[in-house]
Amino acid sequence: MTQQGWFEGVSPDDSDSTIDRIRDGDSDAPDHWPKRAVEAGFSADEETYYEQLRSVTIEATRQAVKTREQADDSQLVHAVRAMDDCDRTANELAERTAEWAGTLFDDVDPRLEAVRSLAEKTPQTPAEEQVLSLASQVDSLATEAESLRSFIEQRAPATAPNLDAMAGPVLAARLIALAGGLEQLAKKPSGTVQVLGAEDALFAHLAGRASSPKHGIIFTHEYVRGTPRENRGSAARALAGKLSIAARIDHYSGELKPEIHEELDERIETIRARTAGGDK
Amino acid sequence: MSDLPRGVERRSFDGKERLATRGMPVYGEPTDGEWRLWDAGRSKLGAMIEHAMPVGLAGGESVLYLGAASGTTVSHVADFSGPTYAVEFAPRPTRDLLSVAEDRPNLFPLLKDARKPQTYAHVVESELDVIVQDVATRGQATVANRNAQFLSADGRLVAAIKARSEDVTAEPQDVFDRVVDELTAEYEIVETRSLAPFHDDHLGVVAVKR
Ligand SMILES: C[S@@+](CC[C@H](N)C(=O)[O-])C[C@H]1O[C@@H](n2cnc3c(N)ncnc32)[C@H](O)[C@@H]1O
Repeated sequence: MTQQGWFEGVSPDDSDSTIDRIRDGDSDAPDHWPKRAVEAGFSADEETYYEQLRSVTIEATRQAVKTREQADDSQLVHAVRAMDDCDRTANELAERTAEWAGTLFDDVDPRLEAVRSLAEKTPQTPAEEQVLSLASQVDSLATEAESLRSFIEQRAPATAPNLDAMAGPVLAARLIALAGGLEQLAKKPSGTVQVLGAEDALFAHLAGRASSPKHGIIFTHEYVRGTPRENRGSAARALAGKLSIAARIDHYSGELKPEIHEELDERIETIRARTAGGDK
Repeated sequence: MSDLPRGVERRSFDGKERLATRGMPVYGEPTDGEWRLWDAGRSKLGAMIEHAMPVGLAGGESVLYLGAASGTTVSHVADFSGPTYAVEFAPRPTRDLLSVAEDRPNLFPLLKDARKPQTYAHVVESELDVIVQDVATRGQATVANRNAQFLSADGRLVAAIKARSEDVTAEPQDVFDRVVDELTAEYEIVETRSLAPFHDDHLGVVAVKR
């Protein structure tokens, strides 16, 4: 049976330790802590005790919130990786299924959606049974990927509100996953953010085998892909710059900052205006 | 009609007499000088006071608030109470709760799970006057029972029980009966009452520790 106040055995000046005690300590039962803190010499009087308690609970809770939200970012990372695995596997298996189904049925469309709907057919032979069962596996995997996507869509706004608003939930989650976490992403220079996901191309460049990549995964963003080729580099640089600011705000404050989104919109408009009227 | 706690007044907002407390505004609520509107439609405790339930708050009490969320109600409680411990387990609303606490000297925010009182019994003091509970989660009676240890001998539980949090399919009245019955393990029920029209399918419960 332990029954110890958060202040016991720590010095009031050692804020790291008092914060840790609030966060991780425990007791089997409460007690008259204000009185005990005064008796223990931790606080001069009860009024002082409450002042100390207030500043340490606020600080401890601030840190605990941050830790918990970061734990949430690792949920996003796992979810987006799992979603990509499900998508990739569904597509591979769909190809195999379509190839086989093509020998048994007429007009087999090799695309994923078509293979998924094969699962509704009623098999007439043992071979058809095997193929249709494969098709239903494809369908389940694709359903799983969809459910992971909606999980990501639901979680991203709370975990990384600015990245979510700027990149959309899935790209936001991919960037966080590629960096290894929100904190890691927040600490990367924007030049690195620009080429995240293009590691192979970057490696080839560093080995002297290719020119430097202008964009990684952020190429999937409309602001890069939808900008005429000659200005894509500038668009990618602008987007990566704002994304790394978004990641920092998400990591350090967690509040949605509309200004940075407006600034990016204007910047992209300016970049695109350079080519407007020119070849597209 | 029971008296309002010291520090809570009825004041006129838009021609209607509404509850108000004195403190820093928190969520954009209307104010009248130093007074800020305490909207019973947004606060189950506010609704219980509007219904004149015997909540045991005269002003200056020590309080444990379970399910503080972003601090809407607990901000009013801290305006008229003594030491106020606010427990909430979701990180996002707790961020807002922190700014409420920064403006109030007697509000202590804790990111903890109310089902596990041992994780904050080293911080929250014993012999408290009142527990206010609004956790809207399954097992509301269990939460109240486990936290009874913080109350003084005649300390009160003031709880808002949400039927749908326990069981979405059951009749609210059946859910309430079950919850109230479970509460009698640790408490003696003083009064229960529906919180309509302010909150649908919520039961207000006032109980004293056994
Ligand atoms: C209806 S809201 C509370 C609103 C708040 N009392 C007010 O009036 O301002 C319920 C809150 O209880 C929290 N909650 C649910 N289960 C909890 C638990 N086991 N421990 C702590 N908080 C919990 C939820 O995260 C949610 O924020």
